[in-house]
Amino acid sequence: MQQIINFIIRNKNFLLFLLLFGISIFFTIQSHSYHKSKFINSANFLTGGVYNSVSNISGYFNLKSQNEILAKENNRLKQMLYNANQNLDSVFLDTLANEKLYKYTTANIIRNNYSATDNILLINKGSKDSIKEDFGVISSNGIIGIVNETSKNYATVISVLNSTVKISAQLKKTNHYGSLVWNGKNPAYTQLIDIQKIAPVAKGDTIITSGMSSIFPKGIPIGIVEDFKLDRAENFYEINVKLFNDMTNLEHIYIIENADKNEITNLLNGNLNE
Amino acid sequence: MNNTLYNNITRFVILVLVQVLICNHINFLGYINPYPYVLFILLFPVKNNRMTIIFLSFLLGLTIDMFQDSGGVHAAASVCIAYIRPLILKSTFGMMYEHQTIKFDNVEYGSKFTYISIMTLIHHFIMFSLEIFNASKIILVLQKTLFSSIFTILLSILATIIFSRKK
Repeated sequence: MQQIINFIIRNKNFLLFLLLFGISIFFTIQSHSYHKSKFINSANFLTGGVYNSVSNISGYFNLKSQNEILAKENNRLKQMLYNANQNLDSVFLDTLANEKLYKYTTANIIRNNYSATDNILLINKGSKDSIKEDFGVISSNGIIGIVNETSKNYATVISVLNSTVKISAQLKKTNHYGSLVWNGKNPAYTQLIDIQKIAPVAKGDTIITSGMSSIFPKGIPIGIVEDFKLDRAENFYEINVKLFNDMTNLEHIYIIENADKNEITNLLNGNLNE
Repeated sequence: MNNTLYNNITRFVILVLVQVLICNHINFLGYINPYPYVLFILLFPVKNNRMTIIFLSFLLGLTIDMFQDSGGVHAAASVCIAYIRPLILKSTFGMMYEHQTIKFDNVEYGSKFTYISIMTLIHHFIMFSLEIFNASKIILVLQKTLFSSIFTILLSILATIIFSRKK
């Protein structure tokens, strides 16, 4: 016993180093697996507060470009509204089932990040605004990411520029779908993999979300095909997608909640009650 | 003693804020960021207890990790260089370290430069290997280590020159 205590006292520096290094490696490994970064994330009172107060000030510097983005979106929505068919007055309305499938909430990004290989953003809405894990996040131009952790006032978002995330996406003109991943290099491009060889891919085609994951509705724009090639096994296409969003200049975003999400996941897990 | 304590607390807070609010947003050429918070570990008083510096480095790294959402990447790298610091000190400063008389304000620039460079390179290499966490991307790790280290070393040396209290 005496010897054990002596050993601990003699090597206390090394043991402390080993302990703390072990803890940090544990956090690191946890952060590399999807939805596991429970302890160390920036959606807490201290870091969220600091970022919020800083973004209150720095938000003024890109007011102009953000206003232009919002004005463009307004313009597009107005065109859709006034050019829509006007003979909608006799549509059958089921007043009992008038709950919307997708609910939208607006929020602001208070910390943007695009230089690492696993980028995580911070937004200023949290569980107080009934934001939960796995809600989709989009901007007026297209897809941004998926909500990861929430605190009372803040939430972290896994960006599409993250090597651990896979989002189901498809070609707009046909229904061939694959997964959207990022190779960690250029923040303007992501990669769409696992598209069947028989799919008619062409340069300039639009890529949209496929709506198969119950996170995003179908048809949210992602980007256009920049170039494509067959993968090593020559069965699937590997497509370089140029994002519609400028991921380096983000502020106003929308959070999407799928009201039927619980039902869908319960059905898929095979434990539907009744 | 109290003076050193206050100095180090202020240094901790200021370096964290500078790192999180300014240096993480530089993104020079898309991905090159300096990490001058390592200065806290580099300039920590030499004669102090070794356990204190290992623990404080862990705390510093974890704070940066919390702001950056990077798991325990910075904590691991910081703890590592805090642990091997005496070795590097011995090999760069030699006799001065043996006599425990290092004052970072008045050592010669040559050995100071070597000391800062070695510590920064080790720190950045561990940090980027853990951040990218993929052996097949070793070239990217080395590339990021090299470029960010140059940036950090320059900033650290500038900071030590500007804030030195040499008479």
